[in-house]
Amino acid sequence: MVGTATKPTAGELKPWREARTPPFIRIEGISKHFGDFIAVDDVSLDIWQGEIFCLLGGSGCGKSTLLRMLAGFEAPSAGKVSIDGQDMAGVPPEARPTNMMFQSYALFPHMSVEKNVAYGLLRGGMGKAEAMEKVAAMLKLVQLEGFAARKPHQLSGGQRQRVALARSLVKRPKLLLLDEPLGALDKKLREETQFELMNIQDQLGVTFIVVTHDQEEAMTLATRIGVMDAGRIVQVGEPRAIYERPGSRFVADFIGTVNLFEGKVDVAAPDAMRITTAEGPILTEPVVGLRAGQQVAVAVRPEKMRLSREQGAAANVLSGTVSDYAYMGDMTIYKLALDNGRSVKVSVSNIDDASEAFTWDERLFISFPAKAGVVLSA
Amino acid sequence: MRRSWFLIIAATLGFLFLYIPIGSLILFSFNESKLVTVWAGFSTKWYGELLRDEQVLGAVWISARIAFASATLAVVLGTLAAFVLVRMRAFWGKPILRGMTTAPLVMPEVITGLSLLLLFVSMERMIGWPAGRGMVTIIIAHTTFCLAYVAVVVQSRLVDMDESLEEAARDLGAAPVRVFFDVTLPVIAPALVAGWLLAFTLSLDDLVVASFTSGPGASTLPMVIFSKVRLGVSPDINALATLIILVVALGIVIAGLVMRRK
Ligand SMILES: Nc1ncnc2c1ncn2[C@@H]1O[C@H](COP(=O)(O)OP(=O)(O)O)[C@@H](O)[C@H]1O
Ligand SMILES: [Mg+2]
Repeated sequence: MVGTATKPTAGELKPWREARTPPFIRIEGISKHFGDFIAVDDVSLDIWQGEIFCLLGGSGCGKSTLLRMLAGFEAPSAGKVSIDGQDMAGVPPEARPTNMMFQSYALFPHMSVEKNVAYGLLRGGMGKAEAMEKVAAMLKLVQLEGFAARKPHQLSGGQRQRVALARSLVKRPKLLLLDEPLGALDKKLREETQFELMNIQDQLGVTFIVVTHDQEEAMTLATRIGVMDAGRIVQVGEPRAIYERPGSRFVADFIGTVNLFEGKVDVAAPDAMRITTAEGPILTEPVVGLRAGQQVAVAVRPEKMRLSREQGAAANVLSGTVSDYAYMGDMTIYKLALDNGRSVKVSVSNIDDASEAFTWDERLFISFPAKAGVVLSA
Repeated sequence: MRRSWFLIIAATLGFLFLYIPIGSLILFSFNESKLVTVWAGFSTKWYGELLRDEQVLGAVWISARIAFASATLAVVLGTLAAFVLVRMRAFWGKPILRGMTTAPLVMPEVITGLSLLLLFVSMERMIGWPAGRGMVTIIIAHTTFCLAYVAVVVQSRLVDMDESLEEAARDLGAAPVRVFFDVTLPVIAPALVAGWLLAFTLSLDDLVVASFTSGPGASTLPMVIFSKVRLGVSPDINALATLIILVVALGIVIAGLVMRRK
């Protein structure tokens, strides 16, 4: 899991950390009902100017519906959206300061690349000469200079994706909404495009809201991530925070790989914390607000655990036998069966050839420090 | 191998069955003799004869105008019907509308013709319009059944159309009416052209409904042909039929090409 450090530009700040600047987009208690079905359930979000905010969640959790309410295609059943201080209630899509990049790209099939990109400018009343100049500059930015006269069906998937991006950016919207923008691309192209997208965003300074179900994509792109589940936002935070300090079992499990140990709080002192689990007691850093006897889970990431043949002196030591492993190149993932039968995943990075290679049925010790475990009560 | 022989024979028989009558008709239109069944050498004289037949030329002109008008009206109304059927959310009247739109496809023509005739007669009595029967009533009648065909063709195109195209246009600043003309219409245009050509040929071809709804001085081409043939088949009718086949075939080929173009 790599959280890419965004290039520290002048005055790089994280306005969501301190409430000095007012948010650019305010979503207050927004809901969307389709008949009896609740697609978006009481979502509130503040998003600041220049952010790349990722809405992350499984298929059908309401991400697109939330995005479509921001674009004006769906009217909220309840709640309020304001963009740059302006209430969006009753404002039709054509009058909003937003543009959207559609999951299907939605390129006009009967228009050339150039006409597609120019469409928004011409509808906005710009003169033809000026519009064509802007289109040319935009096509250059997305590296499609030689393709202006082509029709969409004469382009590859990656090229279409860039036309769609150019078309939605050329009007310099205050807010760009991207619905699974890279979903149709293959893995390599997707990774390249993620960086391109970040570059372009950096150059233009437009605020992005990106919908994705791909957690790696969210990690790479986002300034902040909002994790959605069944129409609700369950956690909002910077990628590192979401990964390192998930707020619930759902988030811990959804983002990356995790070992969850269910148990009860045994000791909850200001300087020590002990959880009794079926796998034995686990020591963690103290968490305020937890009482003894409370039902919790301890989440430990596979890369925060160490494997060894000798029992070390770590705060937590479990033992088990290797039931399976997968060599991934940069690291190897071991699956160990503990004595009570449950399986635990540990990843070992392959720093050099001498790195310990364990094999099937070896009996090993799994150790991790107190700070590796995250205590989850939700 | 045997299988492919079987297919070739089956195809040949099928084609012969379909096209021998048409082929013989075309062949005999070039017959020198006045007797339809006796071949007496190649000639184009019946085509010349045809061009001098005022009654036939008049009927061609009437039929063409009727076909043009009813195809155009059918495209407008059929497209509206298709939009309602595809785009409108389910409401209580939708299944009824769907049934009503497709009914003329399966309704016996005699019944369509008769019911329209009754309607026109009672309308004339109650509101004085349409006054008598003639081209106008035929156009209305043809529009009603052609509309069904157009609606079917346009519906299938609309179902295939990605609705986010229209949303994208709105998102880029176009008001709904503008979106219709900039995006929707060009995208469904092939279906409209195909529907129009289909309606045109259907109208040109119709005898039964036209006979019911026609009045004095408004004899369509099929009506004229039919009345001529009743007095005996003459070779100039063969020539006329050949020309009609040519026009219809051309229409079908163009419609096919237009529909194929994405
Ligand atoms: N127009 C609609 N009518 C009824 N249900 C809808 C409509 N649009 C979306 N839904 C439902 O809302 C849920 C969320 O959809 P969506 O926002 O598209 O999810 P995703 O997170 O995959 O983008 C889905 O269960 C979907 O079936
Ligand atoms: Mg979606």
